[in-house]
Amino acid sequence: MKRKHKRSKAALIALIPTWAAVVIVYLGTMVWSVTLSFTNSRLFPSWNFVGFEQYSKLFQTAKWLVSFQNLIIFGVLYVFGCLFVGFLLAAALDRKVRFESAFRTIFLYPYAMSFVVTGLIWQWMMNPTLGVQASVRTLGWQGFTFDWIINRDLAIYAVVIAALWQGAGLVMILVLAGMRGIDGEQWRAARIDGIPVWRTYVSIILPQLTPAFAAAGTLLSMGVIKTYDIVVALTNGGPGSATEVPAKFIMDNLFQRQNLGLATAAATVLLLTVLIIVTPFRYAQHIRARRQAGTL
Amino acid sequence: MIHPRGPRPTQITVARIGLYAFLISAALFFAVPLYVMIVTSLKTMDEIRLGQIFALPLRLDFTAWKTAWAGACAGSECTGVRMGFLNSVKITVPAVVISVLIGAINGYALSFWRPKAGRLMFGLLMAGALVPYQIFLYPLVRAMAVMGFYNSLGGIILVHVLFGLPLVTLLFRNYFVTIPEELFKAARVDGAGFWRIFIEIMLPMALPMIVVASMFQFTGIWNDFLLGVVFAGRDNLPMTVQLNNIVNTTMGERNYNVNMAATILTAIIPLAIYFLSGRWFVRGIAAGAVKG
Repeated sequence: MKRKHKRSKAALIALIPTWAAVVIVYLGTMVWSVTLSFTNSRLFPSWNFVGFEQYSKLFQTAKWLVSFQNLIIFGVLYVFGCLFVGFLLAAALDRKVRFESAFRTIFLYPYAMSFVVTGLIWQWMMNPTLGVQASVRTLGWQGFTFDWIINRDLAIYAVVIAALWQGAGLVMILVLAGMRGIDGEQWRAARIDGIPVWRTYVSIILPQLTPAFAAAGTLLSMGVIKTYDIVVALTNGGPGSATEVPAKFIMDNLFQRQNLGLATAAATVLLLTVLIIVTPFRYAQHIRARRQAGTL
Repeated sequence: MIHPRGPRPTQITVARIGLYAFLISAALFFAVPLYVMIVTSLKTMDEIRLGQIFALPLRLDFTAWKTAWAGACAGSECTGVRMGFLNSVKITVPAVVISVLIGAINGYALSFWRPKAGRLMFGLLMAGALVPYQIFLYPLVRAMAVMGFYNSLGGIILVHVLFGLPLVTLLFRNYFVTIPEELFKAARVDGAGFWRIFIEIMLPMALPMIVVASMFQFTGIWNDFLLGVVFAGRDNLPMTVQLNNIVNTTMGERNYNVNMAATILTAIIPLAIYFLSGRWFVRGIAAGAVKG
């Protein structure tokens, strides 16, 4: 008994810094922020509770509504775009191609770069006077336009392109690893049965890649909620407020507009959004794990 | 870790040509921005104004690189990205060493000693990784201001360590779980304690994961922008923040060649890590993605 006690003590002491981080930094600041969202704090925190006033104000703020809408457009296109492109790349690389590792290196390198760098590269590529548009026009295609970053209606898609360029390689690498884990016999069986290649992918291979897609999808979705740097670097929210995103709205209200109550209310809404996205995933995982444990 | 199976098909079919056409056009989409960045940085502004971003430079001109490193202006300050580079090194190196060490201790303690409430802590840590940073920022700024840490080098290092904990703990826990428990039990029977087993047995065995985790932390912290903006303070701004200030707050004419040179300089360390480490990088992605 004594030994058991002693043994857990050293381990407990070793974990103290992390416990402190979890309790004070993670949970403590979260509670503090959520509390502030129910007050009328401006530059400094106040303890004047106003109920849900900040939240109702938030959803009447045009900029927040635009930000939230952009988050949804960007999130859906980015996540599904990355999954789709990443899957195509992985499927192509899995067809026993030459120079596979060179292709892999090229597809994945943008993932090593920061969002700031990504944003600045694409800001230059999409520069309407000197970028891709100008080059294509001098080739003779005078009507060619690629001025998305200065077009209110299309600017958010410019952000999607830049982000997709950065993130598709990640999906490619995860899905390719999943494909290499699939038994080669299944391919042979499908070929003998005369099933076309695309059909084999859709009906046999894709369902087995669910874990790889789930992992990639979760990683990408977490990135979506945090989207900030790439927008700041690429468009800084503009033109107008066409590419504003919630993370940027919160930062602006925290540090420039001195609107603490509104900013923390927005942060709380963002946190709830994460919960809504993550909970079904985790629940499904939990159920699957229990079912597997039950059948074994 | 990943190898294709079986012999390469030898006949050339329409499908094979289509396959390579797809792969090559995809490779162009991914590679062209890097190419454009490099050629732009080697041109003069007169050449850039011709509007031919895909053209090779008429002659190599390295003045933009010199300016980017030591003379480019962010607002009224014209010091280039050099200071940012040094700041990023000063922030990243200690933050990586400390967080990887804590991650290794956490992973080891959680997988072999199974302390009370260890699973709870791990669960909370993983949940914390999902929370958007924005919700932590203001209280953390206030708390650090009270303690005199705000806008200091120590402060930004501490913040990186704090927010790096979930990933490093996950990586090391998953790694130590695969090490046979008999090894641990044998050391226990020999009378070795918590720290001795850690330093003499587990740490040397964890070397591959130390490399992977360090690489990941290094890339992540080097590439950070948000935390640098909020916590570093004017004297310690990391390279990413300085780069953005140089490119996006220029007054007057923009020097695209200087901007691109500065961008490459900021990306060069993570790119070097990626190109040199190759398979390790991929392994780290796979290890980190297992649990999301």
